[in-house]
Amino acid sequence: MIHQALSSRAESRDEARAARSAESKVQRIIADFPILARPTSRGKRLVYLDSAATSQKPRCVIDALVEYYEQYNANIHRGVYEIAARATDEYERARVKVARFVGADPSEIVWVRNTTEAINLIAYSWGAQHLRAGDAILLTELEHHSDLVPWQRLAERSGAHLRFLPVDDRGIHVLDDLDALLDACKLVALGHVSNTLGTIAPISTIVSRAHAAGAIVVVDGAQGAPHLPLDVHALDADFYAFSGHKMLGPTGIGALYGKKALLETMPPFFSGGDMIRRVRYESTVFNDPPRRFEAGTGNIADAIAFGTAVEYLEKVGMTWVREHERSLTAYALERLGEFEGRGLAIYGPRDPDRISGVISFNFADIHAHDLASILDTEGVCVRAGHHCTMPLMEKMGWSATARASFYIYNTPADVDVLCTGLEKAASVFNR
Amino acid sequence: MDDFYRDYILDHYRNPRNFGTLERADVEAEDLNPLCGDEIRMQLQLDDGVVQDVRFSGKGCAISQASASMLSEMVKGMKLSDVAKLSKDTVLENVGIGISPTRMKCAMLGLRVLKSAAIGRLAAWPDEE
Repeated sequence: MIHQALSSRAESRDEARAARSAESKVQRIIADFPILARPTSRGKRLVYLDSAATSQKPRCVIDALVEYYEQYNANIHRGVYEIAARATDEYERARVKVARFVGADPSEIVWVRNTTEAINLIAYSWGAQHLRAGDAILLTELEHHSDLVPWQRLAERSGAHLRFLPVDDRGIHVLDDLDALLDACKLVALGHVSNTLGTIAPISTIVSRAHAAGAIVVVDGAQGAPHLPLDVHALDADFYAFSGHKMLGPTGIGALYGKKALLETMPPFFSGGDMIRRVRYESTVFNDPPRRFEAGTGNIADAIAFGTAVEYLEKVGMTWVREHERSLTAYALERLGEFEGRGLAIYGPRDPDRISGVISFNFADIHAHDLASILDTEGVCVRAGHHCTMPLMEKMGWSATARASFYIYNTPADVDVLCTGLEKAASVFNR
Repeated sequence: MDDFYRDYILDHYRNPRNFGTLERADVEAEDLNPLCGDEIRMQLQLDDGVVQDVRFSGKGCAISQASASMLSEMVKGMKLSDVAKLSKDTVLENVGIGISPTRMKCAMLGLRVLKSAAIGRLAAWPDEE
């Protein structure tokens, strides 16, 4: 009995110590982000809950940009002088870092501007090569416009048709008819994580059944790579696209992972300098992947700083990132749940294990834009609107939602400020 | 911004005036706010170039709906040619100060649609003229 009491006291001491150490880790992370130390114009602490739109940047990423421009600004893959060699070296080292971060080989990582460009690259290159009239392209009802519109355009050009894997009223994928939907399907494209509802897609199940049906799988990883531990080879998707700016990196740089065997057979998307091996007036021999897909001078500084960003995330640890966001989401669902009796509606899966750091909601008859404006006065940044998923909004019957999204620098205190903001909105709207 | 949501704004938001549709409209227009997807449709009934009746419909935030509602009250009895000349200041006088730049399009949507109806083509954003 005494022994039990002692050991349970020791356990609770361990738990308290673990909680304290997690808290001090988050505080150390916050200190790395200069913007989080800047108050808003109303003198409020910045409570940034819009990382699904773009993440904040740590000091080391900002420094990497400045260092390139101040110390070795030169073009890559051509100069023989010292700073050009260093620029090329850092640019290619960044590719190695990003490849390691997602579990790929560096030759499988193509630099792009962002996820949207990566998806267009696949649609124009692989899509034009393989899609014919009568073929099907399978998407899901959750897709962001960037993983929908390029496929609509490919369907128009090729005569292929689009199908949609349905989701239920909580935004969870319904797989009952998956095999029928995969009939005559050449390509499946889906988001790893829904940017509107946070739903984590059952990628492995879909990949194995798509492959069995002879389709390739493109994963829009814009909301996946920043938040979930990732090994693209284990995931076995054929393509995985992601953006640097949503994972602590700069804007204007992203990456497309593609299986080597696929990339090697694909024609270029853009053409011009740097993507060639030999050019004659009449014809050109293209370079090998990944450079075959990187025409013109790339986004050198941003690629290098993207490498710094994923190194930072590796140091933090992606398993820790996932657990931090899972527990924060659980806390937010609990706190927001306290407002449900007063007209707050929470959308999407309610299970923190099924969502990745995104909660969409509406509060009584307060329009999401009005809510976001009032939260702004408290320093709270949330997104309001259709989140670039207009078809999903229409299906669900929502004209707009407010969305809070979390990242490594958010804390339960941020959720508490959000709730204070909700109280203020209720009082402004006399609710 | 929080000062903006005064009682009369909330009253227009919750009890919009002239809300609905006309069976017979002489001129009408509709548009979306690209930022948030707010929608407004304006219909006018005319007699000798003067607005006899007006209805608006749509959905959106308190700012877009209240400013459209207030405009609808103003235009009854106005000459259509004067409706076409309304400027952003009219809306700002209606809704009062405190519209932040990020919400200006919400406030101007109703006026843009009204002016579009008056001139028979899509009018410029009043805040960009």
